[in-house]
Amino acid sequence: MNKELYEYVLRMGDDSLILGQRLGEWCGHGPILEEDIALTNVALDILGQARILMDYAGKLTNKKEDEVAFLREEWDYKNVLLVEQPNGDFAKTILRQFFFDAFRLPFFKELQNSKDETLSGLALKAVKETTYHLQHSSNWVIRLGDGTDESHQRLKTALEELWMFTGELFYADEVDTKLVNEGIAVDLNKIKPIWDAKVSEVFAQAKLQIPEESWMQKGGRKGKHTEHLGFLLSEMQYMQRAYPGCEW
Amino acid sequence: MVSMNFSKEDIFNLLEEVKDPEIPVLSVVDLGVVRDVNIGEKLEVIITPTYTGCPAMKVIEDDIRSKLLENNIENVEVKTVLSPPWTTDWISENGLKKLKEFGIAPPAKTTVDKSSLTGIQKEVECPYCHSKNTEMKSQFGSTACKALYQCNDCKEPFDHFKCI
Repeated sequence: MNKELYEYVLRMGDDSLILGQRLGEWCGHGPILEEDIALTNVALDILGQARILMDYAGKLTNKKEDEVAFLREEWDYKNVLLVEQPNGDFAKTILRQFFFDAFRLPFFKELQNSKDETLSGLALKAVKETTYHLQHSSNWVIRLGDGTDESHQRLKTALEELWMFTGELFYADEVDTKLVNEGIAVDLNKIKPIWDAKVSEVFAQAKLQIPEESWMQKGGRKGKHTEHLGFLLSEMQYMQRAYPGCEW
Repeated sequence: MVSMNFSKEDIFNLLEEVKDPEIPVLSVVDLGVVRDVNIGEKLEVIITPTYTGCPAMKVIEDDIRSKLLENNIENVEVKTVLSPPWTTDWISENGLKKLKEFGIAPPAKTTVDKSSLTGIQKEVECPYCHSKNTEMKSQFGSTACKALYQCNDCKEPFDHFKCI
């Protein structure tokens, strides 16, 4: 087995799985009906991507999709810390989504050229969905930032809470280096300037300041998480833990 | 052993009777979800999701199996492929017509929704009064593949099949 490939697929898959779970928590709690539907629709697309990646990670290790998704311990999850952060209010959820979408779109665009057919196939599909997600989250960042004093303030608070987790999106180590050389992985150095440009563009319209350079949190890619992931997992894994091997 | 007295065309005709569970006027063939059919030792039906997370895929797979089973075709493999990705261009002409009659504004014939790049909303015709004076109410609708619109003339709300 290609150990690095498995690790890479998990990192990508866990980003999707954990964010999908977080977005799903909004079901029935959205601030307005349209947004309740929007957030859960986005969750659905992202979970769809997660399923393909969990299935692929399973194939690489002779496991079932559900086993990979639900029966690992906290330190075996390799998602970035950003996606496990609690939903907070609508502003925080939207800003987290915007940071992630602005990363994922150029990422998937590059991944379309991957020599790995499962990954390039997923990317071809996901580019279309992510374009739509980014449009939605950007529009809301602008609307909230350039909205009322209250909405602006809430978005600003969200920014203070989330900014420190954005650096990790571009974390790369020996796993990336090896797979980039093999033509499988995306070179994150190429993605960073695109992300920066998008954030600047949207923040300008949202009347938000990009924070000064500061300490960035990391650890998720190595399985070191914030305290929030454990709580999320206990809910997400409940069915498979209580009824091992259960299927719909 | 599959009784392969069936031609590819016969199989496609059978699959025409399998409807999309969320848009029951469209068959899975009209929708472009069925990519191909290979007749060999077993019958292989190749399908592709409209959206990666489309919750209807499992139902579609089961419906295809039971439709074939009704016709005594047992040895069936339903295979899901992602590439080339499904776009709204895969919906047949017939399918577009049926969508409109059902009250869903069909997607325009284009692969990528460029409105997301330009920020300009595209023209969507009201499926009821055919006015082009319509407005998007929400980018997301009752299913992953639809957005919510309203007609400014007849005031009716309607679904628009998103172009992707």
